[in-house]
Amino acid sequence: MTEMRRVTAIKNGTVIDHIPSGHALQVIRMLKIDVASATPVSLVMNVPSDKLGRKDVLKIEDRELSQEELDRLALISPEASIAIIRNYAVAEKMMVELADYLENIASCSFTNCITMNDREPLPQRLIVVSKDPIEVRCYYCGKGQEMEDLIENLL
Amino acid sequence: MGDVVTMDDLSDDEIISILDEAERLIPVAKGEVYAPLLEGKVLANMFFENSTRTRMSFEAAMKRLGGSVLNFSSVGTSIAKGETLYDTMKMIEGYADIAAIRHPRQGAAQYSADAVEIPILNAGDGAGNHPTQTMLDLFTIRQAHRKFEGLNVVLVGDLRYGRTVHSLSHALVRLGARLTLVSPEVLSMPEEIASDLRVKGGEVTEVETLYDQLEDADVVYMTRIQKERFPDEEEYNRVAGVYRITAADLNGSKKGMILMHPLPRVDEIDSSVDSTAAATYFEQAFNGVPTRMALLCRGLGVNIPEKVK
Repeated sequence: MTEMRRVTAIKNGTVIDHIPSGHALQVIRMLKIDVASATPVSLVMNVPSDKLGRKDVLKIEDRELSQEELDRLALISPEASIAIIRNYAVAEKMMVELADYLENIASCSFTNCITMNDREPLPQRLIVVSKDPIEVRCYYCGKGQEMEDLIENLL
Repeated sequence: MGDVVTMDDLSDDEIISILDEAERLIPVAKGEVYAPLLEGKVLANMFFENSTRTRMSFEAAMKRLGGSVLNFSSVGTSIAKGETLYDTMKMIEGYADIAAIRHPRQGAAQYSADAVEIPILNAGDGAGNHPTQTMLDLFTIRQAHRKFEGLNVVLVGDLRYGRTVHSLSHALVRLGARLTLVSPEVLSMPEEIASDLRVKGGEVTEVETLYDQLEDADVVYMTRIQKERFPDEEEYNRVAGVYRITAADLNGSKKGMILMHPLPRVDEIDSSVDSTAAATYFEQAFNGVPTRMALLCRGLGVNIPEKVK
């Protein structure tokens, strides 16, 4: 980065880079990061990126996200790159990967789906039919899901 | 597992062997032979939505095979008191060996299959799937033509909300038939299904007018156009009138062509057609009994002998 660093380097934690511009807050929601907890979270939005044009970056201090947590990201941010930081150095690099099944990540948007009754106890299940382009359907009712709806319906 | 939620739960070979078994069960379905293959077994007919043919043919199938039936209807029951589908199915699992479920919400059959251990047969979920209807439709087509490969099957009417045509079109493409889809644009096949049919390599043509299609058809499958799907009555009348078949319309059609309808019909098929050789819809309704017999036996793991007597 040639320009001045917008956020200082963190000592320990996780850096999520290459989040599509404007989606960082959804990523926080999706990873169930408790913003009220003591963990400092730095968020940079809409910075220039060679790869994406513009991007968001998240730095979460003192917390190493697991691969499973990161896989949740794949739905809205399949290009994201992740670095686990230990003592100011990159200790591990990870990529997100979209799973074939998404359990309790987002709810189905179809108004006549059986899962619309939120008292029904079985988990929300989505099937990833295609990864490029991303095509997701409800496991129960089979309806195709729009990406905007999925983001709106994140659990 | 003996679940049948969508036609994907059955392989091509299984479809054919179930049709063969259903054929062997015809004398039992007609009451000419008594074969108590399911004696002591209990079917739960879980109808959360009204049904005449499907519910009764499941019941007839079970009883003709010596089994018994628990009939559930959602009117005035625990559902009205707000019980979840999960709880209802968990309860019924304790009373029955297999369940047929019809539900107004899409995905209800898959949901039930996940909730309980007993086999679930989807008897129609919202505008989703209706695979046991598809099996009886396939049975009817095979009875007339002895094959599926290369047949030109013309599906007519409400292809958007008509669940019978969703399951049927999947199965026909898998078995090598050609599909001609005839519907007004507002009632055309849902995109997920149309795209699946194309991915599976189906030869599918979509058109809006019916009469040009009658000459080249091996099967014409009519469906009811539902008035409530239309924004205004004028639009409905325009569309409904376009897809109406009388005996005279069938003059130029191929020998051996069959005219099917899942019933109930309103006025898509004029009663003048009933006495023509093409009229197959009442046989089709009967065929629900032997095919559902074969599906019940499959679900319960009961083999159907080569010779049923």
